[in-house]
Amino acid sequence: MSGGGSFIDSAEQRARWEGFQWTAENARHSKEIIARYPEGRQVSAVIPLLDIAQRQVGADTNTQGWLPIPVMEFIARELDTSYIRVLEVATFYTMFNLEPVGRFHVQVCGTTPCMLSGSDDVLEACYKRGLKKGHTTKDGLFTLTEVECLGACANAPMVQVNDDNYEDLTEESMGAILDALAAGKSPKPGPQIDRQTSCPEGGPTTLKKMAERNYDYRSQWTPTAGPAREGAQ
Amino acid sequence: MGYTGPLADKDRIFTNVYGFQSPYLAAAKQRGDWDDTKALFAIGQDAIIDQVKASGLRGRGGAGFPTGMKWSFMPKAPKPGKPNFLVINADESEPGSCKDREIIRHDPHKLIEGALIASFAMRARAAYIYIRGEFIRETEVLRKAVAEAYEAGLIGKNACGTGYDFDLFVHRGAGAYICGEETAMLESLEGKQGKPRLKPPFPAGAGLYGCPTTVNNVESIAVVPTILRRSPEWFAGIGNPKNEGTKLFQLSGHVNTPCVVEESMGISFRELIIRHGHGIRGGKNADDFSNLLAVIPGGSSVPLVPAEQILDAPMDFDGLKALGSGLGTAAVIVMDKSTDIVRAISRISYFYKHESCGQCTPCREGAGWMWRMMEKMRDGDAEVADIDKLLDVTKQVEGHTICALGDAAAWPIQGLIRHFRPELERRIAERAGRQLLEAAE
Repeated sequence: MSGGGSFIDSAEQRARWEGFQWTAENARHSKEIIARYPEGRQVSAVIPLLDIAQRQVGADTNTQGWLPIPVMEFIARELDTSYIRVLEVATFYTMFNLEPVGRFHVQVCGTTPCMLSGSDDVLEACYKRGLKKGHTTKDGLFTLTEVECLGACANAPMVQVNDDNYEDLTEESMGAILDALAAGKSPKPGPQIDRQTSCPEGGPTTLKKMAERNYDYRSQWTPTAGPAREGAQ
Repeated sequence: MGYTGPLADKDRIFTNVYGFQSPYLAAAKQRGDWDDTKALFAIGQDAIIDQVKASGLRGRGGAGFPTGMKWSFMPKAPKPGKPNFLVINADESEPGSCKDREIIRHDPHKLIEGALIASFAMRARAAYIYIRGEFIRETEVLRKAVAEAYEAGLIGKNACGTGYDFDLFVHRGAGAYICGEETAMLESLEGKQGKPRLKPPFPAGAGLYGCPTTVNNVESIAVVPTILRRSPEWFAGIGNPKNEGTKLFQLSGHVNTPCVVEESMGISFRELIIRHGHGIRGGKNADDFSNLLAVIPGGSSVPLVPAEQILDAPMDFDGLKALGSGLGTAAVIVMDKSTDIVRAISRISYFYKHESCGQCTPCREGAGWMWRMMEKMRDGDAEVADIDKLLDVTKQVEGHTICALGDAAAWPIQGLIRHFRPELERRIAERAGRQLLEAAE
C-alpha cells in the first residue's frame, strides 16, 4: 500500500493516536520480539514491532490497520531510537500502510506469472464490485492494491486478502470470494480448484504414497540414484 | 556423467512437499528427519563442510555459488564479541519462484535441522531465518516447528545432546524484493531500509552486526541433512558435472498443470513439462510443443529462451547458461503462442522499477525509463531506432549498480530484443501504417 513515501500528518490523526500504548498482550509480545536480537541491537525489532502496531491499530478501527505518526513515535521510544529511523523503515516496506485501509485489504498479484494465468480477470471481478486500485470502497470494506509477486506462482493467479492467500482463481471464484467476505462469511483460503497446494491438478505425478499415509522412504535408499523400479513408486 | 532422468521417489528429499501429511515434529521424524542428528555432528565441523563440497551442492537461491566453499570462508575461531552468524534467506520474491514456501510450510523440520548442522559446521552462535513479509501463514507453521524443536531439545542449549548451544530465530520482513539480496537482507535484519551494501567487505568478513555471516537459501540448507545421511556421492551422482543434485522446479504460466516438483538437475525441459506439467496449454497432447512460444527458465530476472532452443536443453546452471539464460531459482515460466510477449516482459520491467531500492542512479532512473519505453513498445509507439536505444540503456544499467537488481532489470529486455526484435519492429511498423491511414482519411 505504501512505497510512495507520502504519509498522513494531520492534527486530527495526531489527536486520535497521541496516547497509543500496547495492549497487555502486545506488551508481552514486543518484549519477546526484542529478546530475539543481541543486547544493544534492539532496533532490529523495528519491522516486527511496526507489524504488531499496525495490527493493533487495525483491531481498534476494525480495519487492516495503518501507521499514524504518533504510533511510529511510540515505536521509536520503545526501541530507544529516533522517529526518523522508524519512519524511513515504514515508508520503505510495502506492507506498512501509511494511510487507513478497509476491513479487507485485497492484494491482487499482477506480476508476469499471475498475469499469464489470468490476473486481469481477477482484477475485473474486483472492478465489477466497485473496487478501485489504491482506493477503499465507501462502505469501508475493501481496499484494492495491485501487488508484486507474492511467491505462489504455481497457484496463479492469486490474491492475498488480509493474512490469507486465495489461489488458482478465475473471475468467477474471485467474485464469489469478495461476495462472501462482504456477506460476513469466511471463504476457504488456498486453491479455489480441486487441488492439493502446489501439487499438479488431477493428482500427484510423484510421491503418490504420501497422499495416502506418512510414508517413510528410507528403507528403499540405495547408494546411488537411478530410475524407479517398476512398482517401487 | 550423473543421472539426469526422472527421479525415483526414494531419491526425493522433500517427500512432504505438497503437505499431504503433517509438517510437524512427530510426522517429520517418522519421515526420517532428526534421526540421530548427533551422529551427523560426529562427522566433525570441517568434515561436514568437506562433504557439502564433495556433494557438489550449489546455492539454490539463484546465483549457484558452491555452498561448501561459501561455508569455508567463515572464520574457524570466532573472536570474542564477534560471533559467527548464519542467515537463511527465505525472502522468496523472484517472480516465478514458489519453492521455499513449500519447504517452510510442509517440511520445516528439514530446514531447522539443516540450520543446526550448517551453523555447527560454520561455528555460528545463532541463525536467523529471514522470511518474506507476505508469508504470514507460512511463518506461523515455521514458528510452531521451531518451538517444537526447542521443546524437544533438538535446538537451544546443548542441542541434540551434543553440547553445542544454538539459537534459531524467525524474522519476518514487510514487503521488499530487494531484501533477498544478501547484504540488503542484513541491513533489513538490523532494522534499516533494505539497501544493499558495497562489497567488500563480504558478509563472511563483516556481515550481520559487523560479525562474520553466511547467507544461504532455504533449499540449500534444507537438503544438507539428507546429503550427510545418504552420502555426498549419492547427491553428486544426480545431474551433470558441476550441476549436481536434486532441485525443486516450479512450473507456472501456460502448462496444463502448473506445480512445484523435485527432479534431477539436468532433466530436459521436455521431460519436465510432459511429466509434471502435462504438456503446454493448447497442445494436442502432453508431448505436443507446437503451441509453445518461449520460456523464462529461472525466474523473472533471467532472459527468455525461445521454444525451439529450450526443448531438449538440460535444466541446470550450465545448460541454461549456454542458451544465454540461467537456471536461477528453477522457476520455469512458460508462455504459449497466445502470449503478448512484449507485455509479459514489460510487466517484469514494471516489477523491477517498483522494487528498485533507489540507491544507485542507473537502476533507480534506468528501471523506470526502461519500463516506460517497454510500454511504448507494447503498441509500437516508438521508432525502430528506439530498440537499439533501449538495448543501449540496458547495457548502461547492467553492471553499474551495487547489487544485481540493475542486471535483473536489464536482462529480460535484452532477451526480448535478442529473440523477438522482429516482433518489436512489426508493432512499430503496424502502428505507423495505422497512423498513416488515419491521416489519409
